[in-house]
Amino acid sequence: MNALVESPRIALVGNPNSGKTALFNRLTGSQQKVANYAGVTVERKEGRFVAPSGRTLRLLDLPGAYSLDAASPDEAITRDICEGRYPGEPAPDLIVCVADATNLRLHLRFVLEVKRLGRPMVLALNMMDAARKRGIRIDVAALSDALGVPVVETIAVQRGGAAALVEHLDRSVAAVATAPSLPDSGDAAVEADLHAQVRAALAAAVTMPRATSTVDDALDRIVLHPIGGLAILAAVMFLIFQAVFSWAAPLQDAVGAGVGAAGAWIGGLLESMPLLHSLVTDGIFAGLGTVLEFLPQILILFLFILMLEESGYLPRAAFLLDRLMFKAGLTGRSFIPLLSSFACAIPGIMATRSIQDPRDRLTTILVAPLMTCSARLPVYTLLIGAFIPRQTVLGLFNLQGVVLFTLYFAGIVSALAVAWVIKRLRRDRSEHALLMELPSYRLPNPRDVAIGLWERAKIFLRRVTGIILALTVLLWFLSSFPAPPEGATLPPIDYSLAGRIGRWMEHVFAPIGFNWQICIALIPGLAAREVAVSSLATVYAMSAVGEDAIAAELGTAIAAQWSLATALSLLAWYVFAPQCMSTLAVIRRETNSWRNVGVAAGYLFALAYLASFVTYQIARALT
Amino acid sequence: MRLSELKKGASAVVREVEDAHAADPIARRLRELGFVGGEPVRVVASGPVGGDPLLVQIGYTRFALRRAEAARVLVDGGVA
Repeated sequence: MNALVESPRIALVGNPNSGKTALFNRLTGSQQKVANYAGVTVERKEGRFVAPSGRTLRLLDLPGAYSLDAASPDEAITRDICEGRYPGEPAPDLIVCVADATNLRLHLRFVLEVKRLGRPMVLALNMMDAARKRGIRIDVAALSDALGVPVVETIAVQRGGAAALVEHLDRSVAAVATAPSLPDSGDAAVEADLHAQVRAALAAAVTMPRATSTVDDALDRIVLHPIGGLAILAAVMFLIFQAVFSWAAPLQDAVGAGVGAAGAWIGGLLESMPLLHSLVTDGIFAGLGTVLEFLPQILILFLFILMLEESGYLPRAAFLLDRLMFKAGLTGRSFIPLLSSFACAIPGIMATRSIQDPRDRLTTILVAPLMTCSARLPVYTLLIGAFIPRQTVLGLFNLQGVVLFTLYFAGIVSALAVAWVIKRLRRDRSEHALLMELPSYRLPNPRDVAIGLWERAKIFLRRVTGIILALTVLLWFLSSFPAPPEGATLPPIDYSLAGRIGRWMEHVFAPIGFNWQICIALIPGLAAREVAVSSLATVYAMSAVGEDAIAAELGTAIAAQWSLATALSLLAWYVFAPQCMSTLAVIRRETNSWRNVGVAAGYLFALAYLASFVTYQIARALT
Repeated sequence: MRLSELKKGASAVVREVEDAHAADPIARRLRELGFVGGEPVRVVASGPVGGDPLLVQIGYTRFALRRAEAARVLVDGGVA
């Protein structure tokens, strides 16, 4: 451990889209530790590798930045660490500045800005393969002379593509020297000076046949076409939906069956201890099963997002949708987080990290739970199946399908409306910038995609399993204690704490048509929405075994006992459904504020109550 | 003339970036991204709704700028 603390620290900096993360992956492989900087939600990635001399080098991947004059929390961290001012992070011994060899006009300005810090540094000219393909010739020695910093070539996506860099680092960390510090950048004169230096360096060392890649030009003509582009975007979205909802289904069944079998096996071992048996099977395994069953969907979703990100398509989608989303108070960048939220709001909220403007990011986080996540589908399916007749409307639509579509649509419309209201209420009216780079198209590198997928899956599992496990155990406790008295006639849950809470809640929920059974089911539904279905089954003392059989039996029971108004009211409730604890916990983590959790829970609850109230009262008046 | 007034496909040369108000962070960022006097720019594409945002080529890079952002950039020699 001590040896590690003393090993030289190297910081990797560079513009966004310079291939910095790919270079980090190339150097460190799986030796990475991903966490957050204390108190903020900016990702901190550290790795290490052993140089040929046997020396261990520690590598910190700093957030991408266009300038040290920070415009976002990410850039502020990069600046503070480079300047050695970040609390708890000693200044790096050496800075590796990464620049895309095909985009030097932009990237060299940042290189010169970093050079002004006066710390030992080296420039890694990355993506040299792409540069050669485009006929770009770079005289490395002349470039190094013009800039006054050592320059090495790298190809991050190729095995051995960072060998020259490793060798250079190995040599330079031994002889660390410091250069004199120069004045800060910022004002127009310094800015003009930096750009003049970049032009001079380019003139001295680089020949470029043309400014853009022909492939990019051709693809952008199609992908950004006002009509064709939107059609392609719709097709991509459809493909993702298809993958998340149908390709994942067999995997989900397999996971569900596996967890079920494991639970039954362990349950069998605990047969002699009924209380422990109930805790393990009804509490822990039931909770774990619900989380793990979503894992295939979430992994497929992440896979698509990572590939779209790597290929350079995501900013194009944001470009196409920016105008529409901006009108509603969002940004084009909100598109992917909101799309992900259709599978589950948790990865959606995690994906908002790509939104730089903190205000846009918060708005996106707050409206993400309004996208109909897949956990609500079992509830919708149950209620629609039981109450909406299977008839054809307007000659070609199935009424059940129309209702389901309406529920999804209601979520989207209310998300846009809420975002619009947030925009109106905000005191800070200063302009939100788009200023988004559209990088060159690239074939996604399988290794980088695999590392990214592994990292995200780990974060998801770590965050969610803890919360869900704790909550399911708590709810199991509430619904199991106190135990029913001798000779009890009602289902055990009636006598439990949850039952009493449900009865008490009925006073609050009577105006929106919820009976006490629904109120009880809402409590376990806090942990995961779809648990509400199995809870209703428990309350109505269903004897059937197997999910489909329960749903069928339960459907008949509620169709006989509930009014249509109650069913519609519950559907309206679930459009807003504020009671997902994991989502609230992720909002807490991602915004670092309990206030935002309160705002989200409060407004979702208010909207759900209002929508159910209106639905119930209108439906009752009409039926 | 302003960059926001350029037609799709038209080229021009940047004169300067104007601050919309004192210490305008967006103008500052535009300068950092390379919108400085003498740089050639071209409007490559525009968004499907209301022609917003604009896709602007500067140097070897493409940036999406909303019209309000592009209006800060004064250009010479363009065709409206």
